[in-house]
Order: sequence, then C-alpha cells, then structure tokens
Amino acid sequence: MTQLSYRAAFALIVKRDLMIAFRHRDDIVNPLLFFIIVVTLFPLGVGPESTTLSRIAPGIIWVAALLATLLSLDRLFKSDYADGSLEQMLLSPHPVFILVLAKIVAHWLLTGLPLILIAPLLAVLLHLHESSYGALMLTLLLGTPVLSLLGAIGVALTVGIKKGGVLLSLLVLPLYIPVLIFATSAIDTAAMNLPYSGQLAIIAAIFFASLTLAPFAVSAALKVSTN
Amino acid sequence: MMWKWLHPYANPKTSYHFAGKILPWCTRLAVIFLTIGVTWALLFAPADYQQGDTFRIFYLHVPAAMLSMGIYLGMAIAALSSLVWQLKLADASAAAMAPIGAAFTFIALVTGAAWGKPMWGTWWIWDARLTSELILLFLYLGVIALHNAFEDKSLAGKAAGILALVGVINLPIIKYSVEWWNTLHQGATVSKLGQPSMSADMFWPFLVCFIGFACFVTALICLRFRTEVLNRNSMRPWVRELVANEGKTHAV
Repeated sequence: MTQLSYRAAFALIVKRDLMIAFRHRDDIVNPLLFFIIVVTLFPLGVGPESTTLSRIAPGIIWVAALLATLLSLDRLFKSDYADGSLEQMLLSPHPVFILVLAKIVAHWLLTGLPLILIAPLLAVLLHLHESSYGALMLTLLLGTPVLSLLGAIGVALTVGIKKGGVLLSLLVLPLYIPVLIFATSAIDTAAMNLPYSGQLAIIAAIFFASLTLAPFAVSAALKVSTN
Repeated sequence: MMWKWLHPYANPKTSYHFAGKILPWCTRLAVIFLTIGVTWALLFAPADYQQGDTFRIFYLHVPAAMLSMGIYLGMAIAALSSLVWQLKLADASAAAMAPIGAAFTFIALVTGAAWGKPMWGTWWIWDARLTSELILLFLYLGVIALHNAFEDKSLAGKAAGILALVGVINLPIIKYSVEWWNTLHQGATVSKLGQPSMSADMFWPFLVCFIGFACFVTALICLRFRTEVLNRNSMRPWVRELVANEGKTHAV
C-alpha cells in the first residue's frame, strides 16, 4: 500500500466531504435559507424605516451569519462519528491536524462561502450604507473561516454527547463574540467613510491565530470524544 | 526534584488529607482577614474625594474581579497539567474551581452594576471590560455545562479542560481592556506594582480584604476538591474505610 502525501490526504478529504454534501444538497441549502429568513424577520420586527435598518444592518447580517454557521456545524463530524469513519481517520498514519483542517476547509466552502455570496443581496434589502459593502465583504471573508474553525472545537467536544445541540451553542457563541464585535465595528466605521483597517487587522489576527491553533484543540477534543 | 516532592500528591488519598489539613487554616485566616478588612474598609478607611462613600464597594468589587480571573487562570493551569501530564487530580481541582470562579465573576458583575448606577448613572453599559467579564461568565458556565454533560468524569474533565484552555485568550483581553479601549470603566488602580495610584490608607484595607477573599476562595476550593476526590474514588477501599469510620463516630 502506498503512502499518501500530506497534500493528497488533505485534498482527498476535502473532495470526499464536498461530494457527500453535494449528494445531500439540503445540508448546504438549509443553513442558507435560515440565514435569509432570519435577516428578513428583522425589517418586519423592527419596522421598515430605512434609516433604522441601515443603522442595524451590519449587526443583523453578522448575527444571522453566526447562527447559520452554528446550525450547520453539526454536519462537521456527526455523521462521520456515527458511521465510524471518524475513528478510522484518527487511526490513519497522517497527522490529525491535516485531516481536521481539511474537514474545516470543506465546511467553510459549503457554508461560509455561500453566506458571503448572498450577503450583498441581503445588505441591499436592509439598506446598508453604500460605502460599507467593501467592509462587509472583507469582514465576512476573514471572519467566516474563524466561525468554522472555532465552531469545530465545540463540535469536536460535543460530538459524543447525545443531546449536544444546545450545549454546542452555549460553548461556541461566547467564542464568536470578539469576531462579531470587530466585524460590526469595521462595517460601522466604513459607513462613516473612516479607515477601518485596524478592525480588519484584528480580525485577520484572530483568523491566523485560530487557523494555526484551533486544529490542535479539535484533534485533542476528537481524541477525548472518540475515546 | 520537583516531581519527587510532588509525586505523593498524585495519590488521591494523600491530597485528600492534605486539602483537609489546609482547609481549617484557610478558613480561620479568611475569617480573621475578612473581619478586619471589611470593618476597616467600610468604617475607618477615608471616603473618596470624588465618589464619597459609594466607592467603598470597591473593597468587594475589585477582589471579586481579580479572583474571577485568577481562578480561571488556576483552572486553565490545572486543565493544562491534566492534558499534558495526565494528572487525574488536576481534573478534579479544575472541576472544583469552575463553579467558584463563576460565582465570583457574577459577584464582580453585580457589584460593578451597583457601583455603576450612582457613578455612571446606569446599571450596565457595553464597555469593553464589562463585556469581556460577561464573556468570562459565559465561558465558566460553558465549562460547567460541558462537565455535566458527560457521564464519565475523566472524559468530562478532559473535554472541559480543552474548552477552558481555549477560553484563556479572554484573560489578557479583560486585563488590558481598560488600556486598549478608553471607555467608561476606570483604569487600574491597585495592580500597578510598587506604586498603586491610590493613597496608602485606602490601599492597606484593600490588601487585607483581598487576602481575606483569597483565603476564602482557597478554603472553598479545598472543600469542593475533597468532594470531587471522594466522588471519583467512591469505590476505592480507602474511601469506604473513611465512610465506615464516619458512620461509627456519628453512631456514637
């Protein structure tokens, strides 16, 4: 049996997860629909005045993105844990870091990316300030991978627990708060035509820190969960 | 060398008795220091020239806030040593610390709100330090919830430990939030080593109060730690012997 290179193993897992997801398209579409519905609830609840809406638009879009990501996290390890393939991955000779990172990348491609693509459309519905669109896209681009990375820690910790759903949100949402604060602050600053590179730099720092550290925490958590 | 000195305490029985030995001392010290400190702080320390007597809640608020972070740090160190060196008792001590830390975080938030109302005119404000302290409370609650979710206590300890370590990133944010963001919460007054920016007749009662609260926390941790150890070792002969002896003394 030939030994796979790290890159090949990484690509293989990303491809496998994408293929599984495309065979169950609901898994991709449902969080996205949830995102859209949550965003449309706000104008109905708060009232349709465009000044109010454009003031709270960054917060609404980001909170909805957090919740949509949270809903989709279950898919990350649950079915693999149920059918035993997760254990086989952990037993494979490849570093768990690479396998975990591949699964997170696949998760981001399936949830984070569609959210980013649809966000400008929802921003129009919420009358987001015109100069904020760049900031919205950049913060989502840097921020949604962080959501997938930090969320993976929570899923890995709760995957072995029967009713882990509510617990998962309890664990993960506090970790999401910093991203939310800096992202919405960047978008608000952009609306005032001020430079927002400071907030962006902090989100980028959070992104790189979680990119390098979160897979370690996820591997440790998966070893605990699969025991 | 250090391991040689520490290794007897890897035995649950030895550390159970050690915690039992220091528990009464911590309790006594806590009672003495808190009695002196609280009386001194509330009755005899001078009132603040700006805030008047309202400022006296400082003697409760600041120790609680400092300890809420200190306990988290202690919990994270225990979690790390349990993950790295597989010390089972470190798990037990982390589990013992989490609810106490959560309680002190809650006290810090409530006293802060009570102080904020007369000073800032509002119970709560979304200032960086208040928000990060609130996140700390959520992290504590998450650790406790995760700990309760597992049937197997050794798995629970490991899982909660990983979460506690992930949350450590919040500690420097709380500590430096008043310097990074110039918001309503006032800057550090006591933690500047050597030259605190408060007068000596206010600083000393604070120190006494702080030591009193620290001893109180240590006593609580010892108490909970003993319970955790007994819970986890309830099937061991030494625990059964202990229970049997306890039963005898109570029967007489």
